[in-house]
Amino acid sequence: MLKRLDEFQIGETGLIKKVEGEGRLRRRLFDMGVTPGATVYLRKKAPLGDPLEVTIRGYELTLRKSEASLVYLDSKGVN
Amino acid sequence: MKRFALAGNPNCGKTTLFNNLTGSTAHVGNWPGVTVEKKDGVYKKLNEPISIIDLPGIYSLSPYTSEEVISRNYILDEKPDCVINIVDATNLERNLYLTSQLLEIDVPVVIAINMMDVLEKAGDKLDEKLLSDKLGVPVVKISALEESNLEDLMKVAFKASQSKRDGISIIYHKDLNHLIGDVKIAFKGKNVENPLFHAIKLVENDEIETKMHEDLLPMVEEFKKTFNDETFGDDIEAIIADERYQYISNNFAKAITKHTPKENEKENENKSDRIDKVLTHKVFGLIIFAAILFLVFHFTFSENLFFLGGLFEDVTPCFEGSIYEGLFYTDGGINSPGVILFNFFDMSFGGIIEAVQGGLNAGLGEGHWLTGFLCDGVLSGLFAILGFLPQILLLFLFFSIMEDTGYMARVAFILDRIFRKFGLSGRAFIPMIMGFGCSVPAMVNTRTLADENEKISTIRVIPFFSCGAKLPILVAIAGGIAEQWNFSHVDLITYSMYVVGIAVAIASVLILRHTTLKGDAAPFIMELPQYHWPQFKSLMIHLWDKAKHFVKKAFTIILASQIIIWFLRSFGWNWHMVNSMQDSILGSIGMLIQPIFTPLGFGSQLTSIGWVFAVAAITGLIAKEDVIATFIALGAAAVAYLTSDAVDPEIIKAMEDAIEADEEGVTAVVTMIQATGITWQGCISFIAFNMLTIPCFAACATAKAELKEGTFKWTLLFWIVASFVGSAFVYCFLSMFSSESLAWAIPVTVVLIGLGVGSIFFIKYWNKRKLKVA
Repeated sequence: MLKRLDEFQIGETGLIKKVEGEGRLRRRLFDMGVTPGATVYLRKKAPLGDPLEVTIRGYELTLRKSEASLVYLDSKGVN
Repeated sequence: MKRFALAGNPNCGKTTLFNNLTGSTAHVGNWPGVTVEKKDGVYKKLNEPISIIDLPGIYSLSPYTSEEVISRNYILDEKPDCVINIVDATNLERNLYLTSQLLEIDVPVVIAINMMDVLEKAGDKLDEKLLSDKLGVPVVKISALEESNLEDLMKVAFKASQSKRDGISIIYHKDLNHLIGDVKIAFKGKNVENPLFHAIKLVENDEIETKMHEDLLPMVEEFKKTFNDETFGDDIEAIIADERYQYISNNFAKAITKHTPKENEKENENKSDRIDKVLTHKVFGLIIFAAILFLVFHFTFSENLFFLGGLFEDVTPCFEGSIYEGLFYTDGGINSPGVILFNFFDMSFGGIIEAVQGGLNAGLGEGHWLTGFLCDGVLSGLFAILGFLPQILLLFLFFSIMEDTGYMARVAFILDRIFRKFGLSGRAFIPMIMGFGCSVPAMVNTRTLADENEKISTIRVIPFFSCGAKLPILVAIAGGIAEQWNFSHVDLITYSMYVVGIAVAIASVLILRHTTLKGDAAPFIMELPQYHWPQFKSLMIHLWDKAKHFVKKAFTIILASQIIIWFLRSFGWNWHMVNSMQDSILGSIGMLIQPIFTPLGFGSQLTSIGWVFAVAAITGLIAKEDVIATFIALGAAAVAYLTSDAVDPEIIKAMEDAIEADEEGVTAVVTMIQATGITWQGCISFIAFNMLTIPCFAACATAKAELKEGTFKWTLLFWIVASFVGSAFVYCFLSMFSSESLAWAIPVTVVLIGLGVGSIFFIKYWNKRKLKVA
């Protein structure tokens, strides 16, 4: 079962399987390392619940829930 | 001269390297996207001088924001002799993604692995031989901060620049490679330079490429029809991105030997995490941010530090009567560092003017025109501006520290949710907060915004975030109001005016984003840099840069405009010196435009000398510092008006001297208020007008350069409308209160504006709900 990144809990890790969206936005996600095969760890959420902060490819990236909803992952659970 | 371009990810230390190579003082920050335009300098330590070009930081050569287009176009069109690709050793994977694209271009490339000091401190090792073998270009390990190996790097780059290099691809997908090969041949046939790069970008469905080479698109489309990858289907874009990252992680995981952290090091790492947890905490994050912002302004502007004034109410300070009293102590409170510095400059400048005047009077005799020209026309105006330098620098210092530590990026993270409500992204916050310092760098910084409409609306509201140069207007007029109408809370007026500016900015963005500049909030995908201590050197470089810019401005454009104003107010249309400013060129121009400001409370309802407000507002279009400088310069006219019946020249002289001695301009404003008969409502409306109107020359030029063609004239119109509507509203609203109720009229205004903004939200929310129900 694939899970969307915006549905992740804090501390959850997952492997990216699919990135949806189109045009520039998708291009940007790819350029920032959000590609199928990358491991993502949801570090925290901003004070108002959005945007999210994730660790990916060894650095910290922030993106909104609306952008995170384009990313489908295979969840490895919370650690 | 050979040209070497520096390219790399944002925040990878490019600008630090650039500064150390060229000895220049470009600003460095811990915020992705500090360098937003290309800069050049010269490296002189080789046999021949080398021109170094610092390109904006980019993640990829595909265009997303305008600064990425700048870098791409520079490398492709200007053809530097060598590209030095700076790679952050602590984040090899994402940095090499850009490298994989740079290698596709037919240009010599040298890779500089930066931040080796950080990597080695962590106990990790890096095998540059392996990297160099795999990528086929020289790799040099450096530390830009510690200036190690920089000469080696330049020697290697120089050697590389002497031979040509053909682009290489690291894409190994068999079918795609076929396609790329075919498209490359087609490009070669068209005699296009860098055929491999263009071929790959076209296959990637790159925005610029598909527009430029539409004729070759059918080739790709045809291929897509028969193409079907096991995992990706016909999603070529995803395959290529994946191929790049695959290649990087397969080959370079081995290049770094990670050191297993010991217990005490883990402790260290936790510290940074713990700080982060507090700073971006669910509840406290926003409160801490508000507190930090308050402290910054408090330290810079307060005359009652930490509200300790109450403690001293019944005690006479031990230094009463000495010069220290004015320096450290303003009735009822201890001065903040900013105010102490201001007072220090103020006292010194006052002394200089007195000395010059005394000397000239002794040498040339009383009332010589040269004395008037030097003291009233040049020095007093100039010093009125330079006096604010320490406070502006202090404000900049605080913002630089916030930026350098990496906190600013977290602020964008915290505030994004709120900004989205206004149709902006959290990134727009940085240019806006920079606007409190100066609109010019703030407007340039909007290049980091990806969405065109977001950029235009941000540029339009930046002037409403009252800049350092508008501060003197606030301080002087608020001080004047306080003195004339016996109102004890100057800071209340100052803070309220800042709030009015912010409120108008919010309202404007809401209106703009729902009318002419429609659009959803732009995506917010941003790197959060690691926290680190601010670097003293880079802070000082930044401050020095700012101080230089400010002093230069004071001695050029402001000095020139003050001399012109002195001329216009001293001479009549017949080119003879006039006795009364009423008959001067400036006076007649002022009277001509005065009626425009009637609805704002400082137009025709004033006495015949009332044109000074109109003139001050107009000179503000050159530079906002000119407004108060003009007041001081025109003080004599007000004195003459007030004392038209008096015969004793001593009194007149004393009043004029008092105006000149007070660098803050409060005395000048009080004299103006008495002479023109302006109401306090008119005064506040005058502040509001200056805060909301067309910004200074420099800011207008920047806005024109940054905005897309054809939008600047609408932006000008927007500023005019905003200032007239805004200050007419302020004036009419405040006129409902009499001067006795001044203390609560201002808070009530603020609350009402807040309610207005709140109701707009409510309507928006209501509409959304209705849509959902339907």
